[in-house]
Amino acid sequence: MTPDRSAAGLITPVQNTWCPGCGNFSIQHMMRSAIAEISEEEGIPIEKFVFLGGIGCHGKLMDYLNVNSLYTIHGRSIPAATGIRLANRDLRVICHVGDGDIYAEGLDHLIFAAKRNTDITVIVHDNRVYGLTTGQYTPTSPTGFRGRSTPRGVAEQPMNPLEVMLAAGATHIARGYTRKTRHLKDIFKEAIMHRGFSFVDLLQICATYSNLTDYYDAHIYEMQDGDLDTGRFESALQKIREWDYDRDAPIAIGTFYSIERPLYEEGFSVPPSGLEERRGRVQRLVEGWR
Amino acid sequence: MSELMRGLNTMQEYSLLIGGKAGEGINTAGLSIAGLFSSLGYRVYMYFDYPSLIRGGHNFAIIRAADRPIGAHRTRVDVLLALDRKTIETHKERIDGKTTVIYDSSQVKEGMGYGLPLDDIIAEERASPITRNSAMLGALARVAGIDREILEDVLRAAVPEKHLDSNLRVAARGYSAVESVFSVKQLDAPALPVLTGNEAAGLGLVYGGLDTYVAYPMTPSSGVLHFLAGRAEDLGIRVIHPENEISVILMALGLAYTGERAAVGTSGGGFCLMTEGLSFAGMSEMPVTIVLSQRPGPSTGVPTYTAQSDLHFALNAGQGEFPRLVVAPGDPHEACAWSATALMLSWRYQVPAIILMDKTLAEGACSFDLDASTPPRDHEPLLEDGEGEYRRYRLTEDGVSPLAFPGMEGVTVKANSYAHDERGFTTEKAEEIRALQEKLLRKAGSLKAELEGYQTVKTYGAPDAARTIICWGSQKWVCIEAAAGVGARVVQPVVLAPFPVEAWSKAMAGAGEVVCVENNATGQVARLLREHGFDPGRSILKYDGRPFAVDELTARLEEVFV
Repeated sequence: MTPDRSAAGLITPVQNTWCPGCGNFSIQHMMRSAIAEISEEEGIPIEKFVFLGGIGCHGKLMDYLNVNSLYTIHGRSIPAATGIRLANRDLRVICHVGDGDIYAEGLDHLIFAAKRNTDITVIVHDNRVYGLTTGQYTPTSPTGFRGRSTPRGVAEQPMNPLEVMLAAGATHIARGYTRKTRHLKDIFKEAIMHRGFSFVDLLQICATYSNLTDYYDAHIYEMQDGDLDTGRFESALQKIREWDYDRDAPIAIGTFYSIERPLYEEGFSVPPSGLEERRGRVQRLVEGWR
Repeated sequence: MSELMRGLNTMQEYSLLIGGKAGEGINTAGLSIAGLFSSLGYRVYMYFDYPSLIRGGHNFAIIRAADRPIGAHRTRVDVLLALDRKTIETHKERIDGKTTVIYDSSQVKEGMGYGLPLDDIIAEERASPITRNSAMLGALARVAGIDREILEDVLRAAVPEKHLDSNLRVAARGYSAVESVFSVKQLDAPALPVLTGNEAAGLGLVYGGLDTYVAYPMTPSSGVLHFLAGRAEDLGIRVIHPENEISVILMALGLAYTGERAAVGTSGGGFCLMTEGLSFAGMSEMPVTIVLSQRPGPSTGVPTYTAQSDLHFALNAGQGEFPRLVVAPGDPHEACAWSATALMLSWRYQVPAIILMDKTLAEGACSFDLDASTPPRDHEPLLEDGEGEYRRYRLTEDGVSPLAFPGMEGVTVKANSYAHDERGFTTEKAEEIRALQEKLLRKAGSLKAELEGYQTVKTYGAPDAARTIICWGSQKWVCIEAAAGVGARVVQPVVLAPFPVEAWSKAMAGAGEVVCVENNATGQVARLLREHGFDPGRSILKYDGRPFAVDELTARLEEVFV
């Protein structure tokens, strides 16, 4: 495929199969706008963007946008993204993942990516339910959530993924909400342009299994300048703990934490090209053995 | 007496064993002994045996040196070097009237042979305890009639500068404490380096174009990780140790998607975790080379011992149907050549490749000649020419689609774990699913046709022998030697998938009486042969975690070939 650099040109002809009212539509449109704008403002060609998806409704974005993509397997997009960044540091690598996908099956990879501070962006499509497998609870479903695998209600507490990410060493942590679309686009742009591991938990509704629109509309607020110090761990932690994904509380959206740390990939020298040179090195190593 | 037997009688060879507790540097000492004989032009082989613990227990290395290529050990030894009492007790059956025993008299009170007071020696020389090995090496050199200069050269090559002086002093004490028993003469052959199978496989991967090696530690494959990590800068490669084997293979696939050649290494338990990534590689047609080093299972099994029991796991791992290359090298030379070839073919055909090793091969060491190990031919990946719209999964006659990588101007690369169309878009349409599956099968056919030009099945010994021994992987050399003793020839399949049916038929023509030798309990290669319609004959199996010794296998063969 030949890429079209305009935002409209980034839509593929593939038929969209998300449910009517799904939060993914605004993610798709705002992500498309975000990368088109970054491309124009920063002079980064669209060919330098790579999307990765796990398995779940979020992954269909791989088919709907005309951007380089690696449609991976459940929970595994992050290690693949790390490999991509190691191989080519010119690429802007963005993982679109689901809450079941990455907080359950892929949590180890998420924590290690934060620990490493590899320069990738992880956007979690957090609808707090397994949609594509028809309505089971996820790690962020509230206590008591009745899903098809938990008909009497979930007995566990949800995890607060922002708190996990802060503890793991993520250098950029944000939350967005799919019905705050302009805010969403800014959250995307900021995360993608962050130098280091950036993490966005994106509250979205599942129109079929977990429609929290009224609840979110009543609780979510945009953080303002002065609400917290994004350079301070303790300030971020306090704000992150304001809502624990379970009890009733105001739900802040925006950037909680953003600092600079050396990148994982900077710890490796770039391998020289050329097979013949590599073979010469093998020859010399054997000749000088022990 | 046949010409062969006359030849055997005039051959020169020596077997030596060094044993002690884990943590006493037995492996390194064994490699130094191998280096001593190698410097005299001998071809050496070393078997290293150790339990899964850090300190204590019993470790030993058997080093065999001969005037011809070898790759197996014998039970009996000419010299036994014992750093503790347990070494003498454990290896009684290896000693006879001609065996010279050298022991640490600070540890063993009433030994037969030469007792070296190692505690006193290291105290007097103010040397570290690990230099006990140098005293043993010195004593061995004297017993074997090897010049002191040669001993010192070997130590200079093996010991870091700051420890060299104390090691030389301690070695001299060992040398002067004993007398010459036999005389190892210098051979008119070049001194070759001594490499383990793991090191040889690592070198082969780099020779084949490796950019990045990714692995999580697991015995017996960790040697590849340690070797490549230690030499990463010399070799111009990147080495990564991530959080687990799932991450290992996914990182490798991310690297491959971006155009970097990656390989991974593991053993059975880690390969279990990699199987979802393996299927992903199959569906998305992303190349990855896997060094799979077998040890006894199931589960944790016996972590530091050997087995050939994961053949069918390697052949069948992963869901769905997709082509793969599985090769089983028989020695470090084949490990080097086939690692390079596997990596290149995995890129040429965009399939996963598995190099099936085992502990015997991976951690065993032998004289290594890089020129004798060069892979048969070069392969470059098929790259997009930039004409027209790019389709990652373009349907082609041979099933191989040209590659492009993200970042290239004017192309969008969409790789997919789902069933997909030519452009990489997800599909559930019947005709597209069928077309995709048939593309994968065409690739399998192309790979099979390619391999017809390779030596996928090897034969050794007299072509007209009325007996044939089938073996695979690390059992190659023990079978070659034992075969000479029972008048048989040896046939070794090196490529196990796609199975080289025609080459196998040809190699087995007039096979006569057939025996299949394997380090497993159920006869896995025999089962593979039956699946392809071949009679594998009778099986000789060993499944106690140890490889066959030459004399042990000869005795088993004599029972079967009556």
